[in-house]
Amino acid sequence: MSWLRANLFSSWPNAIVTLLALWLLWRVLPPFVDWAFLDAIWSAPDSKACRAAKGEGACWAFIAEKHRFILFGTYPYEEHWRPALCILVMLALYAVSALRRFWRPRLVLFWLAGLAAVGVLMWGGVFGLGYVENERWGGLMLTLLLATFGIAFAFPLAIPLALGRRSQLPVVRGFCVGYIELIRGVPLISLLFMASVMLPLFLPAGVTIDKLLRAQIAMILFAAAYLAEVVRGGLQAIPHGQVEAADALGLSYWKKTALVVLPQALRIAIPPLVNTFIAFFKDTSLVLIIGLFDLLTSIKVSLQEPAWAGFGVEAYIFASLVYFVFCFTMSRYSQGLERDLSGQLRLGAKAGALRDA
Amino acid sequence: MPDQFIIELQAVNKWFGAFQALRNIDLKVARGEKIVVCGPSGSGKSTMIRVINRLEAHQSGRVLVDGTELTGDLRAIETIRSEVGMVFQQFNLFPHLTALENLTLAPIWVRRMPRREAEALALQLLERVRIPEQAHKYPAQLSGGQQQRVAIARALAMRPKIMLFDEPTSALDPEMIKEVLDVMVELAREGMTMVVVTHEMGFARTVADRVCFMDAGEIVETAPPAQFFGAPRTGRAKLFLSQILGH
Repeated sequence: MSWLRANLFSSWPNAIVTLLALWLLWRVLPPFVDWAFLDAIWSAPDSKACRAAKGEGACWAFIAEKHRFILFGTYPYEEHWRPALCILVMLALYAVSALRRFWRPRLVLFWLAGLAAVGVLMWGGVFGLGYVENERWGGLMLTLLLATFGIAFAFPLAIPLALGRRSQLPVVRGFCVGYIELIRGVPLISLLFMASVMLPLFLPAGVTIDKLLRAQIAMILFAAAYLAEVVRGGLQAIPHGQVEAADALGLSYWKKTALVVLPQALRIAIPPLVNTFIAFFKDTSLVLIIGLFDLLTSIKVSLQEPAWAGFGVEAYIFASLVYFVFCFTMSRYSQGLERDLSGQLRLGAKAGALRDA
Repeated sequence: MPDQFIIELQAVNKWFGAFQALRNIDLKVARGEKIVVCGPSGSGKSTMIRVINRLEAHQSGRVLVDGTELTGDLRAIETIRSEVGMVFQQFNLFPHLTALENLTLAPIWVRRMPRREAEALALQLLERVRIPEQAHKYPAQLSGGQQQRVAIARALAMRPKIMLFDEPTSALDPEMIKEVLDVMVELAREGMTMVVVTHEMGFARTVADRVCFMDAGEIVETAPPAQFFGAPRTGRAKLFLSQILGH
């Protein structure tokens, strides 16, 4: 009761806003619950039942009907276990990388093995797996693929870029600054267009790189520029005394960077890094414009089938939900990690501030 | 007998932009000698000892450490640095590593010492600075005095020939100063060559072979402590002593 008074009815304007919000919720929530759950059609052999209930209840049967297509695109139906296994492999990579216990150099090998396994499973052509050309890859699978490979390659690229931008060698610094500013000055869409339309024009006749690979490279280059700036932010937060202490012990530049500077800088940079990962994960949906079949495209295409046309609301709610689950997980993880690590670094900074005062 | 001196500064000058931080510094330190450097703030004390392991580069004159002249040669600098330990005012421990890992880092990666051996050495050194029980704690979990003792042990882990101290007790609470000075006195008794920038005049009296008084980038006066404290020759030294001993 006192909580109510303190937080919702502390003053007249507050009370009015609270009442207004309650009234809005009462108008919006019950109809939505009716539509989304109580009157919804969860499964149906075809779209007739859904058509009959249109406007009253959601047609989740549409999702049920199309879920294979939404998950795996036009990948051969009887081979769906392969992209399914790939999704599991990628989720396992995320899970292992999330545990601090595994933050060892060996994690890199684990990632290489995981990515290689995904490549073999998707393409096939070896170990008795049928070859599947990447034109047929699609759905949630492709979204995860673009995001995972994108970050896996962009991150290692971002670290030398960030270090290079702080380098004392003018050529190295110039290149890194130029690269980062050039890429950041261009929207991802135009990079994707360039990769899909312009790049083939510049390649010598007979040389082709397939569309997916071009898009993936464009996304890696794009993400690397942003991640580099995030990493640089972390590097800047390291007090100069740390570098001097490492120097005074006789550590060379690379040892100092790898053992003293980067481990601290990356920890400080975790929240903005995760923020960039989240943005990048959602940006993969832009491949829609160059005709790649990611999650959003496959949902859009599902809606083009005449029998199921018109259930766009359900389709896009579902798509949002999928994106939300991934992004929210990342966000929660980052918050938890920040709390855990504050025991070491932040506390150290605070103790320092207290001493100086 | 040039080899008698482990550190030699000859006519060293250093500018920060238009500001001259060091003016014609000449200093020779013999093996095993303990020098205390004092002087008002901004007098170039820290800059001078930071030139000795080239955390600051000098612009003219010569700096010789253990027979090697410090120039732009990176290899030589790293070799010298691995043989000159340094302790900072702000400790500068690596906060992402435990006390033990702070000590083993350089021996493992610079000296290529096997991990087990480095850890044994580290534990022995932590024992020597009287905090073996803190080996597995992170710097943030230690008091200032403990952190500074870990920092001394970290420098000693490289088995340096020279130890440089840059105001090692200035950032400490008064009750922690003694525990750090005790460790330094002990180190001095064991014969380590030490150059110490400090305002702890008690320490200077007991430990120093010579006190080196600096002002405005110059070495104004160098004398054994008894003479320096008893009968300073220059007006500037008298003024300085009256200011720090006057209260």
